[in-house]
Amino acid sequence: MNVVIETSNIHKIYNETKVPVHALNGVDLKIEKGEFTAIVGPSGSGKSTLLNIIGGLDRPTEGQVEVGGQDISKLNDNQLIDFRKDNIGFVFQAYNLIPVLTAKENVEFVMLLQKRSKKDRDKRVKELMEAVGLGDRMDNRPAELSGGQQQRVAVARALASKPTFVLADEPTANLDSKSTKDLLDIMVRLNKEENITFVFSTHDQRVMDRARRIITIDDGKIVSDKHID
Amino acid sequence: MNTIIKLARRNIWRNKRRTFISAAAIMFAVFFAIAMASVNKGIFDHMEQGMVKSFMGFAQIHSNGFWEDQTLDNAFIYDESIKKLPSKYKEVQDLVPRLESFALASFKEGTKGVLVAGIDPDKENGLTKLKDKITQGEYFSNQDSTVIIAEGLADYLSVKIGDTLTLISSGYHGATAGDNYIIKGLVKFGSPELNNQMVYLPLATAQEFYAADGLVTTLVVDTDRPNKIHQTVAKLRKNLGETYEVMSYEQLIPDLIQARQMKEAGQTFMKFILYIIITFGIFGTILMMIKERQYEFGVLTAIGLKRWQLSLVVWLETVFIGFFGVLLGILISLPLVIGLNTNPVELTGDAAAAYIEMGIEPYIIASTAPELFYNQAIIVFFLVTILGFYPLLKISKLKPVEAMRN
Repeated sequence: MNVVIETSNIHKIYNETKVPVHALNGVDLKIEKGEFTAIVGPSGSGKSTLLNIIGGLDRPTEGQVEVGGQDISKLNDNQLIDFRKDNIGFVFQAYNLIPVLTAKENVEFVMLLQKRSKKDRDKRVKELMEAVGLGDRMDNRPAELSGGQQQRVAVARALASKPTFVLADEPTANLDSKSTKDLLDIMVRLNKEENITFVFSTHDQRVMDRARRIITIDDGKIVSDKHID
Repeated sequence: MNTIIKLARRNIWRNKRRTFISAAAIMFAVFFAIAMASVNKGIFDHMEQGMVKSFMGFAQIHSNGFWEDQTLDNAFIYDESIKKLPSKYKEVQDLVPRLESFALASFKEGTKGVLVAGIDPDKENGLTKLKDKITQGEYFSNQDSTVIIAEGLADYLSVKIGDTLTLISSGYHGATAGDNYIIKGLVKFGSPELNNQMVYLPLATAQEFYAADGLVTTLVVDTDRPNKIHQTVAKLRKNLGETYEVMSYEQLIPDLIQARQMKEAGQTFMKFILYIIITFGIFGTILMMIKERQYEFGVLTAIGLKRWQLSLVVWLETVFIGFFGVLLGILISLPLVIGLNTNPVELTGDAAAAYIEMGIEPYIIASTAPELFYNQAIIVFFLVTILGFYPLLKISKLKPVEAMRN
């Protein structure tokens, strides 16, 4: 068993001093290498909060989060930024890309922050852009790409740093059916062929249909956890 | 670093209208700041240079106490030891002797108090190019016993070339001085002060007039290194000791220097307002940048851009816009500044009279001194550096989740 993410008794309370809102109430979760997991639940259930905490974008009020065996709840802000850069790939709902950079430069961006060599960067960008089917759109800026294409570039960027796992927060929320299918096809393929771990939060049945594990969360608690063969 | 510069550079042009509006605010403020400072400096430089190069020189040597009590009793002997002084200093090209005093000049019914300068015609011409200022008649020589007078004085007394001017004064140790001299030439000075009261005599003639044989009151220091005049003055003071006083041009024309300082102090308030405009122009840009790009900042920090790197991007953007505005401001000011520098505007009527009343030449002339331009860049850089703390502060508190939620 190769555990990538492990949370223990995660609590998150917003507005602690005014009107406290309990977004997470003791979440225990383990995600293993190569999983293709969807976290689902109604709006306000706490799925985005959980995703943010797993991704080191937010801190739990209580509890522990380990990613690749490292307790990230003990890292300071700057250490967290470095940790995210090297270990986690992000795909957000929309407006993922830096508008002034081309698709190629967007994918390359994290590798530049990692100070990887030009040769290494060029090779990886080419591989990833071809993997997401956009080898011919490298020099286009985000505004020149469709929403689906932008999300595919975001997937390529998320993978550029060779992360431990990829977190995707409702990545298909703004996409049409065809773009959603194309995006999911790519992520499923990368998951199968390269054993990349994907964790989604989603409302989208089309995503849930492709997931191999579905964690349902409600009122800040995991209410079901199904593995689908 | 290249990535950060690239991001900053491209971000400037993603919202062209905002960039141009911000740059335009800076451009106009810089234009007015340059125009104002350039004209002010131009007018006063022109006057200072006029006074210094036309008459005062960059430094003068007198017998100690002469400047406070400008009488012939404070004249000194122009002997060989002092004539050899220039050979000791490479900065001193020559010492130009003068016997300066006052007199009453009279022609027919007209009389006016004048400043008489007994000069060595060749040396004086070497220093002040007096011969070039002759507008009518001729320049005199050492052997002449004639006068050259300033145009303003000639107009006042209604004299012309060939007329005889009567000079009356008190000579050395109270001797009575009075004689008639044929007017050989008229000279024109920019400075109203000089133009209304100068009378030149050859040195020997002046010494005879004032019964001050072999005496001079002033030695003007002729130097080809005016930038080092203060060091030169210090050296001469050390060498000449207590017997003489050595004065730099600032001490010789204190009224003009003070008038300049007062004018500059008055303009400081205007400049302050202009820089406030620049500051708010830049600050508005920073505020808009931060507000409209919250989500993007959240994404950038989420994927691994450090806060200081993000702050640097925003700071560089403001620097670029600032310098773009400064560059535009300099460019649009150049035609005006160069135009007024090469073709000064001569004021007429009441405006001219007001200038002359204040002892200022009635010209609008601009200076092209480089510091007028690069000072703007330095000031804007300083402002941007200070204002850069605001995004630094905001970004240091940035939480990616909150930024993306906003």
